[in-house]
Amino acid sequence: MMKDLRFRDRAKAEELARLIERLAPAEPVKLVHICGTHEVTITEFGLRSLLPPQVEILEGPGCPVCVTPVEHIDEAVALAEQGHIVTTFGDMARVPGTRKSLEGARSEGADVRIVYSIADAVELARKAAKEVIFFAIGFETTAPTVAAAMLDGVPDNFSLLVSHKLIPPAMAALLEGEHDISGFLAPGHVSTIIGLEPYRIFPEKYGMPVVIGGFEPLDILYSIALLLRQLREGTPKVENAYTRAVGSRGNLRAQEVLYEVFEVTDHYWRGMGLIPGSGLKLREEFSSWDARERFSLKVKSNESLHPGCRCAQVITAKATPDQCPLFSKGVCTPRTPYGPCMVGEEGMCHIWHRYGGRPKL
Amino acid sequence: MCLAIPSKVIEVGEFEAVVDHGGVKKRVKLDLLAEPVEVGDYLLIHTGFAIQRIAPSEAEETLKLFEELIRATFDDEGPPVS
Repeated sequence: MMKDLRFRDRAKAEELARLIERLAPAEPVKLVHICGTHEVTITEFGLRSLLPPQVEILEGPGCPVCVTPVEHIDEAVALAEQGHIVTTFGDMARVPGTRKSLEGARSEGADVRIVYSIADAVELARKAAKEVIFFAIGFETTAPTVAAAMLDGVPDNFSLLVSHKLIPPAMAALLEGEHDISGFLAPGHVSTIIGLEPYRIFPEKYGMPVVIGGFEPLDILYSIALLLRQLREGTPKVENAYTRAVGSRGNLRAQEVLYEVFEVTDHYWRGMGLIPGSGLKLREEFSSWDARERFSLKVKSNESLHPGCRCAQVITAKATPDQCPLFSKGVCTPRTPYGPCMVGEEGMCHIWHRYGGRPKL
Repeated sequence: MCLAIPSKVIEVGEFEAVVDHGGVKKRVKLDLLAEPVEVGDYLLIHTGFAIQRIAPSEAEETLKLFEELIRATFDDEGPPVS
């Protein structure tokens, strides 16, 4: 494993922090990243404590579990209750639906299995006598893996409940209407797949700086410095600070595989609403593997969040977890979550809870 | 969740490779890579699939860029910050 400690060098981090201080304007700057793994690095390494008080960095809608509509969870629960095997990623099973979570359905006897990869779900279907459904969530990084499995060939008793979403349209949605965002730290591995092109709209249409950053502490500090330099110079553009993993055109093979199986559709984001062109659905040729077509799925879903829950504000970078009374009073925890941001491992509330909340400066 | 740390290839098959991720051997699918993979390469892995080959030399390049930005900014006599 190449854990390159040079990207965690303390002296270098302090130098970058001084640089950030030098580049920061006097007025408040709100930077938004869209990635749970960025949030983990920022929180775990206490990077916020290195930023000047006027520079803030918040997580936008970077947690796939958090933005998955309740309707899709209810559909997955309905499939499990019909006696089929439902497979999905770990934290997805814990998010409450209208009546229950997938985990809740499992505790009542339904067959719900946690998988690490779609490949595990396909493997299971090859051995199982029952129908196996993979609840496919995730962004541009995950969707190509699902597409690749479909192109590899899947057994007849396998199908997909698709809930894949696309990041750039959600970033654009944050900029429609009132906002105080000054720049985006674009997600690393989504960008590995899609490259730089889909972000051009942000400098061009919205005058918004974009820097693609890696996941190590120095990567993030460097990306923040680049964003501040763009703001200072008044030259918004798309910069790639993660060239060791992101080519300017992205992973063309993965894009090809992705769009051979899926096509773009409008999608509902929990806490954000309907966002045009922000989701994926199976192409006509693959519709016989669509669980929604194969099974009768009529669910009545309640998309609303718990009245006190600020998840909608957290995923739109309008609030930090400690501004939510349920979080700050310790009522909402991963064991007793009130909203999806505390359930999803990439949710800002979950991550802040894990690392002890806002640093006391 | 994205695995931020690349994994080293220790065996290569036709459609799959075995990687070492923090001492744990893992089988990964190569469907999403256009170019061939060799033992000793580093790969980014996402949900059981390799999504990118990493050139270790690029890490050097990035570290150099950090230096350059720090030097350029502190040498810069440019407009005042505020």
